[in-house]
Amino acid sequence: MNDYNFAYLDEQTKRMIRRAILKGLAIPGYQVPFASREMPMPYGWGTGGVQVSAAVLTPDDTFKVIDQGADDTTNAVSIRRFFEKTAGVSVTEATADATVIQTRHRIPEEPLREDQILVYQVPIPEPLRFLEPSEIETRKMHSLEEYGLMHVKLYEDISQHGAIATAYAYPVKVEGRYVMDPSPIPKFDNPKLEMDAIQLFGAGREQRIYAIPPHTQVVSLDFDDHPFEPTKADHACDICGAEDSYLDELIVDDQGGRMFMCSDTDYCNGRRAAGNAGTQSIPMEATE
Amino acid sequence: MTPLLQVSDVSKFYGHRIGCKDVSFNLYPGEVMGIVGESGSGKSTLLNCLAGHLTPDTGAVQFDTRTDGLRDTVTMSEPERRMLSRTDWAFVHQHACDGLRMNVSAGGNVGERLMAVNARHYGDIRDKATDWLGRVEISADRIDDRPTAFSGGMQQRLQIARNLVTGPRLVFMDEPTGGLDVSVQARLLDLLRGLVREMNLSAIIVTHDLAVVRLLADRLMVMKDGHVVETGLTDQVLDDPQHAYTQLLVSSVLQV
Ligand SMILES: Nc1ncnc2c1ncn2[C@@H]1O[C@H](COP(=O)(O)OP(=O)(O)OP(=O)(O)O)[C@@H](O)[C@H]1O
Ligand SMILES: [Mg+2]
Repeated sequence: MNDYNFAYLDEQTKRMIRRAILKGLAIPGYQVPFASREMPMPYGWGTGGVQVSAAVLTPDDTFKVIDQGADDTTNAVSIRRFFEKTAGVSVTEATADATVIQTRHRIPEEPLREDQILVYQVPIPEPLRFLEPSEIETRKMHSLEEYGLMHVKLYEDISQHGAIATAYAYPVKVEGRYVMDPSPIPKFDNPKLEMDAIQLFGAGREQRIYAIPPHTQVVSLDFDDHPFEPTKADHACDICGAEDSYLDELIVDDQGGRMFMCSDTDYCNGRRAAGNAGTQSIPMEATE
Repeated sequence: MTPLLQVSDVSKFYGHRIGCKDVSFNLYPGEVMGIVGESGSGKSTLLNCLAGHLTPDTGAVQFDTRTDGLRDTVTMSEPERRMLSRTDWAFVHQHACDGLRMNVSAGGNVGERLMAVNARHYGDIRDKATDWLGRVEISADRIDDRPTAFSGGMQQRLQIARNLVTGPRLVFMDEPTGGLDVSVQARLLDLLRGLVREMNLSAIIVTHDLAVVRLLADRLMVMKDGHVVETGLTDQVLDDPQHAYTQLLVSSVLQV
């Protein structure tokens, strides 16, 4: 027992959030307004994601938090501790062992299953916001499926950079209907948005929840002559040798020496434990 | 011949104040109608009622749609009306900043209407934008500049290109030359006249500059206090005004 209601929020609030989630799942990609609550952490620290997690967690769940692929950043650790303390749920860093995963900026490399829920922290839920500041107008555009403006943004990208330079928060169309911001995940992750697990998106400051049910069609927007490309650094992971995972680039010395390693720490560790190695990997035992 | 636009008894009130009252007229394909009158006479109110930006309190605005013939745009659904706004209609605002996206390049501004009707080939969109910039005398090497880097006259020409790129059948213009220097106005007028002839445009132009209507309009409507006081062929109205107010309007201009 502890002094908090299970997962911090009161039952009334969690019910309200669950209704928003169900509505979101029923209308894939549609932004459902909800009455965001004050959480004991500042906006920008994932208050939207935390409220969604609070509403879906049960005592039997195993919880994982990813921040840019890693489980050990201050942000990830504090959210994980928060639910350990307020919900008493078990926590893990292993993607396969988690039933609820809250994430900021990444989708795990390991394919998710039908019995898992992925919760995204979202800073700006409205993909049309950059070119159309009026909320009334963007809502109208969504309801009338007037999405030409989204392509104006991509057009601007190509005209300035010679290619679509949008690398994060790359806009998608969900089930042929709503255009959606997938949160600032790298576009490399976009193809993974068609998955077996439930995906829930929470924006705290902007008070919006949206969702992608399992097995839903998610198409990244593009031009016929500039097709979408889920790019990553053209390298293998220097630690585990993976060639199919999203990589972070690290500067390792004053001479501009650099190395690449998986952004998904759990994936990288798993591969090393299975005996894989990259060009700069130190044997597993030596690092412990 | 079916009129392109059939306006019957359109009235719009702001509370007790009259915006415009009992306005009726027909506009035929290829015709340019000028609306003149002093400040506050209801020109913009009327134009906005016709273009679907304001809902008239009474009356009908029938537009000859491509698929279903004459349809009342006041009572049609909003999605249908918005579809007309970005395909068959164009609206040129007095202030370019109301009609342009100032944070988007010239090419993007022209391309927006194409993309709104599902153009999805970057190369084609860019070619069309380049062509249209040329037609409004903006050099191709400015295609990636934002309108904020353009002069007032260039912004206005860009707004015209952005509106005409999809080949609209009816163009609404509210003081398209207002707020520009006289020499810049003359060049814009020339350009507009060329485009109107070349594309056989149907247009309704609001202005209080009689030189503009003399040059562009086939027919003329004179408004005062929200009412139409005189209407007729442009030359007829300007050379032989019947209504006392029109006589005043014409003579005051001639004295300048
Ligand atoms: N939003 C509004 N609320 C209240 N009254 C308005 C509004 N817009 C216009 N009016 C009034 O309606 C009348 C007609 O205005 P309108 O703007 O249509 O005139 P106009 O002929 O376009 O004038 P101008 O030449 O100055 O642009 C005026 O009396 C004006 O004060
Ligand atoms: Mg006006």
